[in-house]
Amino acid sequence: MAAEKMSIAKALNESLRKALETDPKVLIMGEDVGKLGGVFRITDGLQKDFGEDRVIDTPLAESGIVGTAIGLALRGYRPVVEIQFDGFVFPAYDQIVTQLAKMHARALGKVKMPVVVRIPYGGAIGAVEHHSESPEALFAHVAGLKVVSPSTPSDAYWMLQQAIQSDDPVIFFEPKRRYWDKGEVDVEAIPDALHASRVAREGTDLTLAAYGPMVKVCLEAAAAAAEEGKSVEVVDLRSMSPIDFDGVQRSVEKTRRLVVVHEAPVFLGVGSEIAARITERCFYHLEAPVLRVGGFHAPYPPARLEEEYLPGLDRVLDAVDRSLAY
Amino acid sequence: MTVESTAARKPRRSSGTKRAAGASTRKTAAQSAEPQLVQLLTPEGDRVETAENAEFLSYVEDITAEDLRGLYRDMVLTRRFDGEATSLQRQGELGLWASLLGQEAAQIGSGRALRDDDYVFPTYREHGVAWCRGVDPTNLLGMFRGVNHGGWDPNGNNFHLYTIVIGSQTLHATGYAMGVAKDGADSAVIAYFGDGASSQGDVNEAFTFSAVYNAPVVFFCQNNQWAISEPTERQTRVPLYRRAAGFGFPGVRVDGNDVLACLAVTRWALERARRGEGPTLIEAFTYRMGAHTTSDDPTRYRRDEERAAWEAKDPIERLKAHLLASGEADEAFFAGLEEESEKLGKRVREAVRSMPDPDTMAIFENVYADGHALVDEERAQFAAYLASFEEGH
Repeated sequence: MAAEKMSIAKALNESLRKALETDPKVLIMGEDVGKLGGVFRITDGLQKDFGEDRVIDTPLAESGIVGTAIGLALRGYRPVVEIQFDGFVFPAYDQIVTQLAKMHARALGKVKMPVVVRIPYGGAIGAVEHHSESPEALFAHVAGLKVVSPSTPSDAYWMLQQAIQSDDPVIFFEPKRRYWDKGEVDVEAIPDALHASRVAREGTDLTLAAYGPMVKVCLEAAAAAAEEGKSVEVVDLRSMSPIDFDGVQRSVEKTRRLVVVHEAPVFLGVGSEIAARITERCFYHLEAPVLRVGGFHAPYPPARLEEEYLPGLDRVLDAVDRSLAY
Repeated sequence: MTVESTAARKPRRSSGTKRAAGASTRKTAAQSAEPQLVQLLTPEGDRVETAENAEFLSYVEDITAEDLRGLYRDMVLTRRFDGEATSLQRQGELGLWASLLGQEAAQIGSGRALRDDDYVFPTYREHGVAWCRGVDPTNLLGMFRGVNHGGWDPNGNNFHLYTIVIGSQTLHATGYAMGVAKDGADSAVIAYFGDGASSQGDVNEAFTFSAVYNAPVVFFCQNNQWAISEPTERQTRVPLYRRAAGFGFPGVRVDGNDVLACLAVTRWALERARRGEGPTLIEAFTYRMGAHTTSDDPTRYRRDEERAAWEAKDPIERLKAHLLASGEADEAFFAGLEEESEKLGKRVREAVRSMPDPDTMAIFENVYADGHALVDEERAQFAAYLASFEEGH
């Protein structure tokens, strides 16, 4: 079958459908994932086709969703749970951090935790409080979890397949403002490894590293910079735990300049870790300090301010200019 | 035949002055509604066979004198193991120990009600249940000595690892039970927790999930009256077993120091689960005779008289009284058990003292099932760091 053009939302839906078809142990759980198909319709039609036993509307209790998913995983199932919005994951944070993440290690490898926690994340959708957050660093900090975020329909399809097949718990962050962006998906392709970064645009003067919703912003920034004669490479990190430092290093050894971009607050974020590691690895290659562009150390603002709060084209280009000025 | 509720009779420890009058009224109301416990064996060792107990009596009709001796043996050996572990902590061989002293009947009674294919989700104090599941007691000591976080294969005996975060395991049990139902199996799941845990959101979510999915799970709450220093009144205004009604499934309070009653009530609840009738809450009314753990000092918050009152209801003594009075056990049995107990103590001591420390690099083992680049990198760096001492003298 040739590649098909579809949205990220559709790609995720197709990926879940494929997983349900191929592995009878795969279950989908969450609030409103059944008849409604999820508030973003990612599970649209799945309950109709696979039944209420496999696509399970849960009580409205996030800790209960993840806690029972752990029990189902212990019984041999592969639950894929949906947290309705980023800001609602915290009731489940205890189960994720103290139980899900540690179970394999504390059982000395004798039990596995193939649980995927899908979380629509990020802003720019004009939502009310707790609907626009980017808590990925809070999960990447926890040993035992894997954390990924696709930026394209193809990655959405394949990375979700790989996350479901993983015997480790995967926190799967979906860039909700990109749900309706379309792109080619080849369901017969050989996908990139789940935790490998990808060069989304080649360049020679500076590297922009981003993931999820910010990849598109960085590609636009690179295009704008090109008009000014600057050659900017864009690396789509794809995975926040583990981070493909080798991939970033390869790019930085070529461009000698790095700017990391994410919606999440800069302070102690994924960009901070990349700045530290790349400084250690590429100290003699760097022409400028690693810069970070992201959210502020403030609560996510009301929607009328989010355009200013979120890193956009101008803030990314400003960081590009500052780096090139060294 | 009712064992009085010590917790309900205690004065409220810190009802504020402004609310004292109202609190006092409510307490009286709760107290007057205090239910009878399911009890099949009095503290004096007499069998209780009343019309009220009839339903539960039928669940232990098959229990022979040999079975009774077996239950007695389980409780004695569990207490011996537990005491040995407390001593080993005092000797510095264990970092911590959470004693089950006083709760032997609740654990052996419920543990012996289980089938091999049932699954257990314990707290960190279920040493008696572990014994019933065939988990070697020495395996329980690794986490308290600090050599691992749980040294047994959960699937080896259908006994999950000890869970330290209070109440988390009740959700795991519920999820596991949902899986059992999906598989069409007729086994059941039992989740242990305590009076303190009953306040946790996770426990209440487990009640909700198990009820709406009709999951084959038994919630076995050992109300041992104390959550470290906080009495049960700090957790609830109603008897805990009655919480079940609000979630839509039955709750029953059983004399947690009566091994026969605990066996009967747990069998009853497990049968309900197997028949597809969903969850049950059992509140085993018992007492933590010792400290919360070896790090605790109960003299700071509870009276000696309270402990003494519960000593008179000791689970082991009452079965011994029954076995002696009924002639179902003779001196040779007790002497033989004493010998077995000594052997167990010796085996436990030796096992702990010879338990090797883990290899340093175990820090990096099993963090992930499918590996992780950062763990690999840090492992290699740390190994090189350690090796640098050997090479450089």
